Amino acid sequence: MQHFSDAPPPFFHRGPSPFARLALFGLLSLALLFTDSRYGYLEGIRSIVAIALHPLQRMVQIPGETLAWVAMYFTSQRELSEEVAALKQQVLAQGPATQGYGLLRDENAALRALLAIHARFANAATAAEVLYTGRDPFSKKIFLNRGTDAGIKAGEAVIDQFGVIGQVTRAFPQMAEVTLITDKDHAVPVKVERSGVRGVFFGAGAGRMPELRFMASSSDVRPGDKLYTSGLDGIYPADLAVAQVLSVERETGQMFSRILCTPTAGVDRTGYVLVLRQGEAQLPRPEEPVEADLPRKGTRAKGRRSG
Amino acid sequence: MTVAVPRKASPLAPTRPEEILRPINPWFIPLTFVIALLGNLLPLTGTAAMARPDFLALVILYWCIHEPRYVGVGIAWALGLVMDVADATVFGEHALAYAVLAYAAEYFRRRVLRFRRWQQAPQIALLLFICTVMVLLIRFVGGAPLPSWTYAVPPLVGALLWPLTSALLQWPQRPPAEL
Repeated sequence: MQHFSDAPPPFFHRGPSPFARLALFGLLSLALLFTDSRYGYLEGIRSIVAIALHPLQRMVQIPGETLAWVAMYFTSQRELSEEVAALKQQVLAQGPATQGYGLLRDENAALRALLAIHARFANAATAAEVLYTGRDPFSKKIFLNRGTDAGIKAGEAVIDQFGVIGQVTRAFPQMAEVTLITDKDHAVPVKVERSGVRGVFFGAGAGRMPELRFMASSSDVRPGDKLYTSGLDGIYPADLAVAQVLSVERETGQMFSRILCTPTAGVDRTGYVLVLRQGEAQLPRPEEPVEADLPRKGTRAKGRRSG
Repeated sequence: MTVAVPRKASPLAPTRPEEILRPINPWFIPLTFVIALLGNLLPLTGTAAMARPDFLALVILYWCIHEPRYVGVGIAWALGLVMDVADATVFGEHALAYAVLAYAAEYFRRRVLRFRRWQQAPQIALLLFICTVMVLLIRFVGGAPLPSWTYAVPPLVGALLWPLTSALLQWPQRPPAEL
């Protein structure tokens, strides 16, 4: 019996074996995973790929936009007139609140100037449309059709007509990635409208209710309370609606009560949003007292609990 | 065009008649990848977003099984990087998952090709599950919680779409009908 060697003859050579290739690319992936999650060196590459992807993302929008346009074209006269009537009523209802607004704003500005307090709201804001939601069920992210070209920077707050949606976490030239307030790693410093109690609102990821964490059992929070941003973190301007308290559970064995909330804004709907320009109103943080002996705690945890 | 096969023939019978396909136009492969990527970028919400299969994984699987000379672990890995940007996940997450998928496809391709299209679907479901589980494992290392059961839906939908995908992608290679 003739003996054949396992190796193919040279004219059938097909490069390294699939397993060798898998090992090579597997190791490369692991290196990338480690580098990206630890150091974030790769944001440049990410933005280049994102620019390349942008035409595709626009292309995918076209069928939906066309459908919406066609539907709008065929909206009946009656529906339109009904809508106009409803809008007129809404304007009338909001009249008293808006008529005095200009006056109040001027007065407020004058008083604040007197008190030398910086403006709370940045006036500038950019309207943007939600391009698509992240395909990933773990992280709650959406993508907007405006980016650094429209002046959007990472860290800016994003709201819709009802309240806070999230925060810009990455800005590309034509696109911005927004982490929603329901994301697992996201926290918003809030205050309770009724009692003024401060707290931090934590997202919990897909399928779980966001919570108001680290609230002592004695704190004055009741179901139905409205939560507004406290503005203490310097990212979200103060007094934007965030959520409503759904339930409060106080257990004697636990140090903190378990407070579940529902977001006020349409965080799971697609539509138009407003990106609030970050004013330079923030005062710089005071220097931390330098204590050479004490090991420094993680800055990230500290930043998150600044509320 | 389709050759009638006797009902009795076992799917494992080596003598099952096969069509001889025309050679593939190499430009067709990148085109299908772009179209699959468009499918993954579709702005869906609600149930549609929950059930959306990973079209790109499906197309990678098809080419790894049918044209392993053109598409292998390396190309799957590069497409995974693109998907990582599109999904805003950590670099390397989809890349590793697609690389493993391509390797598994190359490992199982001879076995898969012995079956008819609809019989291939369960095996495709298994391969897509491998890809999903790879993503899950990487997430767990990053400290993610256990996802809900809906996470298992997209691979199943992908497997259901396999016969259609496979037929569509093979269309340009079909021999002319009059022969």
